[in-house]
Amino acid sequence: METERINYDNRIVKYFAYATMIWGVIGMIVGLVAALQLAYPDFFNDHLGFKYLSFGRIRPLHTNAVIFAFVGNGIFMGVYYSLQRLLKTRMWSDKLSYINFWGWQLIIVSAVLTLPFGYTTSKEYAELEWPIDIAITLLWVVFGWNMFATILIRRVKHIYAAIWFFIATFVTVAVLHIFNSFELPVHFMKSYSWYAGVQDALVQWWYGHNAVAFFLTTPYLGLMYYFVPKAANRPIYSYKLSIIHFWALIFIYIWAGPHHLLYTSLPDWAQSLGVVFSIMLIAPSWGGMLNGLLTLRGAWDKVRDNVVLKFMVVALTAYGMATFEGPMLSLKNVNSLSHFTDWTIAHVHVGGLGWNGMMTFGMLYFLFPKLFKVEIYSKALANAHFWIATLGILLWAIPMYWAGFSQGLMWQEFNPDGTLANPDFLKTVEALRPFYLMRAFGGLIYIIGALLMSYNLFMTARKGTFQPNETVEVTSNRNKKVNTKGEFWHRPIERKPVQLMLLSLVVILIGGAVEIIPTMVVKSNIKEIPQVQPLTPLELEGRDIYIREGCNNCHSQMIRPLRFETERYGEYSKAGEFVYDHPFLWGSKRTGPDLAREGGLRTDSWHYGHMIIPKQWSPGSIMPAYPWLADDELDLTYTQKKISVMRKLGVPYAEGYEDRALEDLSKQANEIAQRIVRDLAAQDSDIQVESIAKTEIIALIAYLQRLGTDIKAVPEESKATESAAQVINE
Amino acid sequence: MLRYIKHNLSEISGIEIYPIISLLIFVLFFAIVIWRTMRMTKAEVSELSNIPFESDEKYIDNTESNKSHE
Repeated sequence: METERINYDNRIVKYFAYATMIWGVIGMIVGLVAALQLAYPDFFNDHLGFKYLSFGRIRPLHTNAVIFAFVGNGIFMGVYYSLQRLLKTRMWSDKLSYINFWGWQLIIVSAVLTLPFGYTTSKEYAELEWPIDIAITLLWVVFGWNMFATILIRRVKHIYAAIWFFIATFVTVAVLHIFNSFELPVHFMKSYSWYAGVQDALVQWWYGHNAVAFFLTTPYLGLMYYFVPKAANRPIYSYKLSIIHFWALIFIYIWAGPHHLLYTSLPDWAQSLGVVFSIMLIAPSWGGMLNGLLTLRGAWDKVRDNVVLKFMVVALTAYGMATFEGPMLSLKNVNSLSHFTDWTIAHVHVGGLGWNGMMTFGMLYFLFPKLFKVEIYSKALANAHFWIATLGILLWAIPMYWAGFSQGLMWQEFNPDGTLANPDFLKTVEALRPFYLMRAFGGLIYIIGALLMSYNLFMTARKGTFQPNETVEVTSNRNKKVNTKGEFWHRPIERKPVQLMLLSLVVILIGGAVEIIPTMVVKSNIKEIPQVQPLTPLELEGRDIYIREGCNNCHSQMIRPLRFETERYGEYSKAGEFVYDHPFLWGSKRTGPDLAREGGLRTDSWHYGHMIIPKQWSPGSIMPAYPWLADDELDLTYTQKKISVMRKLGVPYAEGYEDRALEDLSKQANEIAQRIVRDLAAQDSDIQVESIAKTEIIALIAYLQRLGTDIKAVPEESKATESAAQVINE
Repeated sequence: MLRYIKHNLSEISGIEIYPIISLLIFVLFFAIVIWRTMRMTKAEVSELSNIPFESDEKYIDNTESNKSHE
């Protein structure tokens, strides 16, 4: 056997480690701001009411920052460290490694520069506009290329379990990202989703759920399979379990997306499929958790002295809790209570703060002493961080569970006479204010912990000496002859990364294809409703403002066929109502009430006043104020282009309608403006039809007043029959 | 893109069988994985699970030479 001296690239690991820490703290602070906005809406409206800071724009910035900037950099940090060591080779190309690093940071910066400015597709965790989507795709290819090339030049025969997870992550994220990002551009920073309504919802939540699965879970499980054994200095509890758990997990995960759409207009069979596979997910998820925790069996004393293990044990425990809770939330009876409430928010934060956060902290505490060849600067500080972070998670999650249960139950409560006990939605919001405050406090504590860690690791770096190239002497067994006779079946696959990737691809595509293709192609899945017509040009512009301001972050447009919902909001939502919705805007959280049947419920002037000063029109409201909508002129540059793009996507605007669109738009805007001026002239003598007709707020009001009104209209056919009957009677 | 295939597939009958077939594929696949995994020998398991500990078997302290590269 030949012995060689090789150099591992530690600099790339260091870069990603710093990026993880910096973006982590930033992403969490943005989250804290969003939490404070809900706890102190008046303060933000009165003193910090900038449009770039409003909740609808900040919330996607938070989710994108913590998922793709904090966890994303954490993934690359762990992968670049463990991959080189597990394969006994330096990364194939340093150039690609650094393109990966700087490219990823550039994408994050572009998210920071676009989301607050309202450039968003509105699809959760896929908000970034199409040019950034393309950049992400290219960069992901760079990462995969470098990883596969490194696997191919390895000095070991077998590919360790951790790397299967990395491969599955690479291939699945690629598939998900590409399919969910099909969109037709209107201009450089605006596009419409290729899919509409139910189909868009299914693709989005197939993506959204698997972003959790293949961005927040599988790569971190891979890292767990490397870092937990290394930190405990003992091999993983059961290698056999890792094989079973790997294949079962990637196979089952991909099916579970529809559990985000229970009781919605998604066809029943797809919902049931989502439920069944979600329940089955408990087994492989817990397989991973137990494999990690049992690695420490007989060595729990190590956890007492080893801060890295402490973080990882809490991470695995949180993973176990979240993956038990997830399937429970997929049961329809539980989901009818939890959906649209803060329960979901609590659930994801047990995963985010607990599993991803604590695992990342554990890896950072493991890596810094290794990278800088020095003991950690302060063990006491690291231990303090551990307790602060754990406390932070509890203080964050418990109030949010409480808030979720309370609000869900309040929505469902009926009086003995059959009327809603809480008909006023705002009453159920006011009950949550103390919990929102506590949640912000829990988040603050967690951030303080992360800052302590940053200081501790920065001091560790200063104390030690960084080695950009770590030299080791390794023995290569790449060319060792293997007696393949009677060999364990999985081992040949472990030697062949490309086959492993292809097999993973097949496994995940089965689930995706079976769910998505029938929904796309079978006409009977979506019953057509003849009255449903495309939006007018003004309403279309209003819808784009709704998307820009992120209204869908707090308002759903989906009434479930449950009595407590139809009592409150009216007729339940039908799949056929959304056939022209590119993208769908069902939402996933009701911080405010559902808007699916908002049209015609209130006057135009109510909306006008409410948008400018919400609490004046609905006392106790925590909605941000949108005064700029009444000042900014509606941009009509792309109105005609938007109509032709929509037509290309299958929305039946008549050929050549573009030429009449602006005329129709200004006519409708003037009518709305006149109604508003008529109602408000007594209170505000300055208000003029000419000055408000051209503002953005008019378009938004037009859109809101259209919502849910189509199916109330009498179908053309019956109108025709009625008039025919009239003629006969006459 | 989808509208091109839409036409050809729009008449799928018996769509209910899809989930059942998928479930069968999964159960079968899973059964094979379990059966084959259980047949692994102890020696194989121990060799594979020790991979993370082989990689840095011999660390060469080259702190000084690294510094001169900086």
